[in-house]
Amino acid sequence: MNGDTSGYGGLVVKSEPIAAADRPFGGAFDSIADAIEAALPNHAQAIKGIVIDRDQMTIQVKREHLVEVAQALRDDAALRFEMCLGVSGVHFPEQVGAELHAHYPLLSITHNRRVFLEVTAPDADPVIPSLISVYPTNDWHERETYDFFGIIFSGHPHLTRIQMPDDWMGHPQRKDYPLGGIPVEFKGAQIDPPDQRRSYNK
Amino acid sequence: MTTFSDSDPRVADERNTTEGKVFTVQGNDWDELLHDLSSTPAQDRIIVNMGPQHPSTHGVLRLILELDGETVTEARCGIGYLHTGIEKNMEFRNWTQGVTFVTRMDYLSPFFNETAYCLGVEKLLGVTDQIPERANVIRVMMMELNRISSHLVCLATGGMELGALTAMTFGFRERELVLDVFEMITGLRMNHAYIRPGGLAQDLPEGAEQKVRELLKMLPGRLKDTADLLVDNAIWKGRTVGVGTLDLAGCMALGITGPILRSTGLPHDLRKSQPYCGYENYEFDVPVQTSADAYGRFLIRIAEMGESMKIVEQCLDRLKPGPVMIEDKKIAWPAQLSHGADGTGNSFEHIRQIMGTSMEALIHHFKLVTEGFKVPAGQAYTAVESPRGELGVHLVSDGGTRPYRVHFRDPSFTNLQATAAMCEGGQIADVVAAVASIDPVMGGVDR
Repeated sequence: MNGDTSGYGGLVVKSEPIAAADRPFGGAFDSIADAIEAALPNHAQAIKGIVIDRDQMTIQVKREHLVEVAQALRDDAALRFEMCLGVSGVHFPEQVGAELHAHYPLLSITHNRRVFLEVTAPDADPVIPSLISVYPTNDWHERETYDFFGIIFSGHPHLTRIQMPDDWMGHPQRKDYPLGGIPVEFKGAQIDPPDQRRSYNK
Repeated sequence: MTTFSDSDPRVADERNTTEGKVFTVQGNDWDELLHDLSSTPAQDRIIVNMGPQHPSTHGVLRLILELDGETVTEARCGIGYLHTGIEKNMEFRNWTQGVTFVTRMDYLSPFFNETAYCLGVEKLLGVTDQIPERANVIRVMMMELNRISSHLVCLATGGMELGALTAMTFGFRERELVLDVFEMITGLRMNHAYIRPGGLAQDLPEGAEQKVRELLKMLPGRLKDTADLLVDNAIWKGRTVGVGTLDLAGCMALGITGPILRSTGLPHDLRKSQPYCGYENYEFDVPVQTSADAYGRFLIRIAEMGESMKIVEQCLDRLKPGPVMIEDKKIAWPAQLSHGADGTGNSFEHIRQIMGTSMEALIHHFKLVTEGFKVPAGQAYTAVESPRGELGVHLVSDGGTRPYRVHFRDPSFTNLQATAAMCEGGQIADVVAAVASIDPVMGGVDR
């Protein structure tokens, strides 16, 4: 007997990605945007859009301009985001041409505020410039994101696997990499491994 | 996806045997390293693998040290020995089940992992303001008790690694007092899964407040005993003063937070600068030191335990009767836990009520438990001040009942990067003191 009670999931409502906002952004976000425009002469080319969602400001940056945007955010006195809290990868297989996202949270201790950078890269060319020259803390974070998502951070001095064994194949946190697992045996019933349960396949 | 070619030395050799396919994992790039070494002129250079199974590396941490006599010329960390794929696993469970995973990440500070994650889920849901006051007070109380128990382990294991065995027995003994309180409140000493999206798994049991008050009476004297063992101890100071120094610029560049950052004199603490769970209502100080060394970090941890006790005391005064779970029944986990002969489970009255009297309640319960609640699409980053620094959570939802992506920015992971900066040029014995002062928890580093 199959003891899978995980349900059918039923109606799935997929929402569109949250659209970029227009001015005024509200709160302190406008002053951050003003400072970025003042500090970056080519902001129109470098920045694709600014998303204000759940009281957080996410700046979508074109990957070729990432390092200069980060440099301006760190060094400009009105911005002064002196701390980067790493990078987190996300894999969206259905966003063709921008499957891989990298999300960088920045913190300004001076002004006590946060801002987030988001960069995308296609699966066919998964290259994003490394931020080590601006934020050395991203050394291990970029290795981790490479390890799990296969994003190649160009300019990283030693981009090797950090969590998985060196001879591991594939990048485990991509959506096309299966979770794996074995069926769970109960007395009189068996439950499939998580990624084969009904609710994941309907 | 990157694929490796057959000639890649990192790929394991495979051969077929009667038992099936056998892979032989080679020493990766060690052959190249040895070749490079043999081609350079002879010198007294030794590379030592310290760990991952070593009593002084603070967990399954592998340190690769290049030595010139007793001096460390290069220090590298090998991590990943405790990687358990928690972030990937969470993508296959519903939002509430995620708590059970994150509590196991940094196993010495489970309440911080749970709170950081739940704050993120609540932010995505947009219900941060609807969390009941009592739930927030209990969250703060549990976190601060947890900060004490975590710092005690840091002192205990750090003491043991430097040969102060009494500090270890004292530290673990005092920690057990705190864990007794955790066990009474959550049912478990570690890995509690007590803080849930929307509130708490259950209210405080009868007598819990009394037990916390007794703990607060006992702890100050006990902590003083532990501190007295070390604060003016000539050997302890000899091993830690001026050891493992990292200045403010180094901390900023390497993204270091927590006691290491505060030992440089910068009073940065998220509980003060970006309060959550109502921390703005509590009176406490942020201890700082200016020595930027292992001894300064030790003093900060001692002082922080005192501040945590002050906060716990204020929590007890602020505890007013009330709900501990959000009112919205579409989010609140429908559980009324109680203790039975066979352990903790749903109370019989609750089951009798939903099974016997209300079809709608049964359907609702079934849907919420098997499928979970939907979280609006988007992403959020939340952070709390864990005993080791900024614990950040990046959550992405696609609008479904399961996280699309969960990433933990664990402070242990980031802080461990400072090993090279703290150790290179120093003595090999100081490596142990420096790593102990970073206080990495490998469960959090590897996740």
